[in-house]
Amino acid sequence: MNKEESQSQISSGDKKVRIATFKVYRGDREKGNEVEYKVPVEEGMVVLDAIHYIQKNISPDLAVRWNCKAAKCGSCSAEVNGKPRLMCKTRLDDFDINEEIKVYPMKSFPIIKDLACDVSWNYEVNKKITPFTPKENTTWKMNQRDIDRVQEFRKCIECFACQNVCHVIREHDLKPKFAGPRFFVRVAGLEMHPLDDVDRLEALKDDMGIGFCNITKCCTEVCPEDIHITDNAIIPLKERVVDRYYDPVRMFFRKIFKKK
Amino acid sequence: MGGYKVNMSTLDRFEIHEHDVLVIGAGGAGLRAAIEASANGVSVGLVCKSLLGKAHTVMAEGGIAAAVGNVDKQDNWQTHFKDTMKGGKFLNNYRMAQLHAQEAPERVLELERWGALFDRTSEGTILQRPFGGHSYKRLCHVGDRTGLEMIRTLQDKGVHMGINVYMECTITRLLKEDGKISGAFGYWRETGRFVIFKAKAIILATGGVGKAYKVTSNSWEYTADGQLLAYDAGAELIDTEFIQFHPTGMIWPPGVIGILVTEAVRGEGGILRNKDGYRFMEKYDPERMELSTRDVVARSIYIENKEGRGSPHGGAFLDISHKGAEYIKKKLPSMYHQFKELADVDITTGPMEVGPTCHYSMGGVKVDADSTATSIPGLYAAGEVAGGMHGANRLGGNSLSDLLVFGRRAGLYAAEYAKKNKATLNINEDEIANAEKSIVVFFEQDGGENPYTVHRDLQELMQNKVGIFRVEDDLKFAINELKSLKERAAKVKIEGSRMYNPGWHMAYDLQSMVIYSEAIAKCALQRKESRGAHSRLDYPNTDPEHGKWNSLVKKANDGSLIVEKSPLPEMPGELKQLLEDKKVAAKI
Repeated sequence: MNKEESQSQISSGDKKVRIATFKVYRGDREKGNEVEYKVPVEEGMVVLDAIHYIQKNISPDLAVRWNCKAAKCGSCSAEVNGKPRLMCKTRLDDFDINEEIKVYPMKSFPIIKDLACDVSWNYEVNKKITPFTPKENTTWKMNQRDIDRVQEFRKCIECFACQNVCHVIREHDLKPKFAGPRFFVRVAGLEMHPLDDVDRLEALKDDMGIGFCNITKCCTEVCPEDIHITDNAIIPLKERVVDRYYDPVRMFFRKIFKKK
Repeated sequence: MGGYKVNMSTLDRFEIHEHDVLVIGAGGAGLRAAIEASANGVSVGLVCKSLLGKAHTVMAEGGIAAAVGNVDKQDNWQTHFKDTMKGGKFLNNYRMAQLHAQEAPERVLELERWGALFDRTSEGTILQRPFGGHSYKRLCHVGDRTGLEMIRTLQDKGVHMGINVYMECTITRLLKEDGKISGAFGYWRETGRFVIFKAKAIILATGGVGKAYKVTSNSWEYTADGQLLAYDAGAELIDTEFIQFHPTGMIWPPGVIGILVTEAVRGEGGILRNKDGYRFMEKYDPERMELSTRDVVARSIYIENKEGRGSPHGGAFLDISHKGAEYIKKKLPSMYHQFKELADVDITTGPMEVGPTCHYSMGGVKVDADSTATSIPGLYAAGEVAGGMHGANRLGGNSLSDLLVFGRRAGLYAAEYAKKNKATLNINEDEIANAEKSIVVFFEQDGGENPYTVHRDLQELMQNKVGIFRVEDDLKFAINELKSLKERAAKVKIEGSRMYNPGWHMAYDLQSMVIYSEAIAKCALQRKESRGAHSRLDYPNTDPEHGKWNSLVKKANDGSLIVEKSPLPEMPGELKQLLEDKKVAAKI
């Protein structure tokens, strides 16, 4: 079925059906353009439903990632009207249905095709983080109040919306030197684990470039899991790094004893 | 197989990787298997259709069932075993149920040692919650996102063990040489290019088949891939008629139909009511009420609707608001957000509207209980793709533990097998040519339908004719319809290029779903009784005679699908004794 046929079917069908106009990016990293699709609106519909409608009825080769459709897997990140969102959680009710809705892939990663982009860099960053290493001879008892803050970090579904929106990555593309908010959250989860016995502060400072973050809180704003990325993860980590490496008293002692 | 062995140079046009053990699927079972195989010193490849960490395990909410006895001290593996067998209506492979109950606690503690952070008791140990069909508070959990915690822990453990991960890659065929596994053939979803994996042993961990149904909690990945890879390679399937309908899925608004509402809502005290406000589980299972097994609760909601007492959109009301906002937001945070954001319902002040959704496949590839080996040397299967462990109905929480227990076993035994088989692997070029042809053909058939149209018709058929309640005429009708769906599926036409083309991916997945659907319908027709998740309106009672066999599915020499009965293995006396306690039976 080609696009024209299907669109005429929609408009010639039930008159009561409301039609939304979507402009979806179609193309790869070399070239691409916006393609317009008309989609009938159902109650409670989300943007991902509209994308699925297009796939099933108009363009089966429209590339998109999704899995759970319940905001639990973090696969369907895209930019809806310029805002990084999970498409499965973005309801059409949030928009004026008489105006077109633009759906684009995440801007900070290379496009593979249409709405799918290459997020493999994130997996490379993750590999470099020293994993959980428990203290010796622990009894594995932990108080709930001691793990509450770590459990917040572990809510992360790796949608990479925070990576996508972060200026350091999006505008300055400092990817090789800067790990990004997702991985500061991961490191915070390890550093604040009551039974972890490894120190990752040097890596945070040198390899992960935490100093590049200028705490604009854009990451926190887009997090679909409402993790307080800046306040609860990045700022405490920055403080630890500053205390260790930039504290004047410690710097003085380091100079004298030539310790790192 | 044998056949003509080609010099590898003639296969130069293919990308080829070689591993001792290849794991297909990167959910809980696949990751756990890969970790174990790697720990046993073999080279491991892990292939998955999605990105790493996005598999269906991530959606598991309520918890991992394991008799660690932190909350109810009297719990032990024997009780867990008994509950599992009762829940499965005694059709389970007893040895799998035994190993599962015995080893689950150690597997959970192991996750903690790898960095998982479960909710805590006041003594600082892992907290456990009650769940349907479990005699004690047994589910180790993290709020309502236990699966995420599990998959992230396994993922982070796995990537530091030197496992090679091949993301967004679909395997379409297993390769054999002299009857033994020698590798697998597939394509990269991103580029559409083909890839060959040479492997001494393969572990299937591909999950279930829920996408064959219209109302489902399952993602696009759940298309019976592993079941069909095994079946096509000559392995047997068992108990395919047992499809679990989770009693509580979202049913309104239309866009969210099927999305799971965790059983933890009932575990934490949620109450089910019909439109008249009556707590109807009093009628169907007065002893266990909302925490009855899933098959019973799903049928109860269905009957309430059939008799005109359902909620406005054809389900029931599930209410947890009496527990208070703070408690709900702490214990069920993702349910709170899910309803708030997708349905405009505040579950801290009012009820949710819920109804049954296709959730899990109890049947699957027939495996040896201890080693997870299939009948094909070198082929193993673990997790939802394997059958036997859960019998006629799975208890909530027993899936995550199943993934860990049998994922580990699969990794261990596959690694041992690979070490013993040192022969060089040869690839049969004819087999590769066939595999290649069978998936590019969709671009070449003129006049074929859109694969999504055929898929929609398959889902309608399975939902309406092979759903919660079944009857002979419907099943016969479905089996007949499936013949034409199979023909339509074989002829679909794909537009566009091979580059990241979901229509093309669907075309291949559709073939597996149609054949597995045939296995579901044929076994459902063969089982003339109601047992667990299989309910026959024309045979409403459970018949002890039918409790003596499992359904068996095979591919005949002429390529047709045949179903048989296979006697249940004899249970040892000491396990039989455990089951001789008073049996709790629901009234439907």
